[in-house]
Amino acid sequence: MTRKTFVAALTATAMMAGAAGSAAADEWDTIRIGVEGAYPPFSQVDSGGALSGFDIEIANVLCDEIGAECTLVQQDWDGIIPALLARRYDAIVASMSITEERAKRVDFTDKYYQTPAKFAAPKDAEVEISREGLDGKTVGVQRATIHDNFISEEFGDTVDIRRYATQDEAYMDAVAGRVDLLLADSVTMAVGFLETEEGEGWEFVGPDFTDPQYFGEGVGIAVRPGEDALREKFNDAIAAILADGRYEEIQNKYFDFNVYGEPYGE
Amino acid sequence: MQNAIDFMPFILTGALVTVQLALASVALAIVLGMLGATAKLSGSLALRSVAGVYTTVIRGIPDLVLMLLIFYGGQIAVNEIGHSLGLAYIEIDPFTAGTLTIGFIFGAYMTESFRGGILAVPRGEIEAGRAFGMSAVLVFRRITLPQMVRHALPSFGNNWLVLVKTTALVSVIGLQDMVFRAGQAGGSTRQPFTFYLVVALIYLLITAVSQVALSKAERRFNVGVRTE
Amino acid sequence: MDFTIILDNLPLYVQGLWITIQLVFLALCAGLVLAVPTALLLTSKNPLVWGLPYAYVYFFRGTPLLVQLFLIYHGMGQFETIRESFIWPIFREAYWCALIAFSLNTGAYTAEILRGAINQTPWGEIEAAKACGMRKVTRYRRIILPSAFRRALPAYGNEVIFMLHGSAVASIVTLVDILGAGRIVNARYFAPWEAYVTSGLFYLCLTFAIVYFFKLWERRWSAHLRTR
Repeated sequence: MTRKTFVAALTATAMMAGAAGSAAADEWDTIRIGVEGAYPPFSQVDSGGALSGFDIEIANVLCDEIGAECTLVQQDWDGIIPALLARRYDAIVASMSITEERAKRVDFTDKYYQTPAKFAAPKDAEVEISREGLDGKTVGVQRATIHDNFISEEFGDTVDIRRYATQDEAYMDAVAGRVDLLLADSVTMAVGFLETEEGEGWEFVGPDFTDPQYFGEGVGIAVRPGEDALREKFNDAIAAILADGRYEEIQNKYFDFNVYGEPYGE
Repeated sequence: MQNAIDFMPFILTGALVTVQLALASVALAIVLGMLGATAKLSGSLALRSVAGVYTTVIRGIPDLVLMLLIFYGGQIAVNEIGHSLGLAYIEIDPFTAGTLTIGFIFGAYMTESFRGGILAVPRGEIEAGRAFGMSAVLVFRRITLPQMVRHALPSFGNNWLVLVKTTALVSVIGLQDMVFRAGQAGGSTRQPFTFYLVVALIYLLITAVSQVALSKAERRFNVGVRTE
Repeated sequence: MDFTIILDNLPLYVQGLWITIQLVFLALCAGLVLAVPTALLLTSKNPLVWGLPYAYVYFFRGTPLLVQLFLIYHGMGQFETIRESFIWPIFREAYWCALIAFSLNTGAYTAEILRGAINQTPWGEIEAAKACGMRKVTRYRRIILPSAFRRALPAYGNEVIFMLHGSAVASIVTLVDILGAGRIVNARYFAPWEAYVTSGLFYLCLTFAIVYFFKLWERRWSAHLRTR
């Protein structure tokens, strides 16, 4: 059994390596897309292991438009850019905000949605979102997100930051009372936590955060640096689905407001 | 709120992954351990140094650090090399990464076990074998190996028990072993303690079964040795 | 390798180093305090006396540290009585959860090491003590325990290194220890090699320091056994 498994793994590796030239550059008949899967409602895994969510549907419809065959590859957030650079997949459609720091390692397409960040706290907490109000508080964020960067830079000296590998883990510790506040994307937090049974006792506090210095110019698709042909294909496809109503159709399934952040479809 | 019992098949599937991973890793560790022990006992300074660095570095760094390094860093390295050779993407899934990492780590521990085992074989017997005109391979197969196994078995058994526990760390790189699944089941039922306890008991069961098997093996390999 | 990433984040690693040292040192102290009475109880012949300590040692040596940590960190919140009680503020903190898990873990391993060492006390030493008219308590305090500690020292040195390496799992429950610093750096710069190799080097240095320290210690404690 063991030997078989091992041999099978070797054979599979060899076969994949053997499939060499088939993914010839610039053609893009097939595209491998990296997604996350623990970030509802944008991406989540159901009990049977199937992926669903806004990111997933957008990825699929963009592939339709490009006319390519797409494979979705699940990857955890911590490794999502390294794995792109390591060619595990060719593009990331995982609610990744376009930031200067990331743009040093990857190239981004135009945005495909834009939502503000917000704090949440227990309903009886009465925290004030200011340097004084947050002094000494424990704030949970997902590691290496724009929210992590923002809280680290702006409040890092006064708050205790707890960094989680997934947003879901942060919610779990919020319920357990291990953090005083959460900072995350407002839509994710509303759908993934506040509107669920566990998140009952929690609510949004403070203003929307949209400062482009931290929160970027919206969420885009990341490709390896220099893959301009693929980036252009995605840009054209994003423009096309915005214009012909396919984007609106998907977004209406998930949200009762405009998730693109500005009017779309002329 | 779902019933904890409903999740048991889910956990048991994970237990199977744990066992498969442990067996695949130990197979790799044995191969690396034999190579390492041979290198450490060889006449070549270069081989001895490589083996020395391997065992020292591996035993000086935590498993979890090595695992993250190999899973994230190894993926980049493999594909940089692969790409420069004109190959397409080479997938390192968590099972392969886990097997490679744990096998690689315990290869270092096995190197020490096997080295000790080989050294415990009396030189005179090896010389006698050579005097009979046996080839080096034949000496190894007929004289060194059977006795080495006997001497190395206790520390091999120890390494195996530690290895089984180390497999829990693969849940961190996303392999759906029983620890990973206990986390998921615990999250959706709000009964994490129950599931982690079940997983702990399965580990104890694996340990107990291993101990019985190992002591049987020890008795078998000691048949030729008089104890009184 | 991009060394500027490493240099820029050195303060983060040093903070992590401090957390790792704290956790390991405090856990070792607590573990030792727990281990001595446990080992003494384990040497008893009365099952009512050794039963409970035996179960404790068997459980903590037979299951992965990660699962033990999860049982405490995620598991304790399952029970209303604990969540409502005065001890919840302790279980709320990842730091205390890790410290409790590590202490119980190393306590079990150390107890087993000590038990073995006590059992190996040469009969002559005990007889001589009896002949000198020492009471049981005095015998343990003056003869059996000091002699057992000396024999246990090499094995205990290994246990300290295992604890250091095991402590890396603290990074999984949000603590920023040496590996936690590496995970932040990896996530921020998408540079697994730089991030984890740096963590690895810190652990490697600590490991060497521990090995060196124990060598010195051993030499001191066995000074009277050395040939002049």
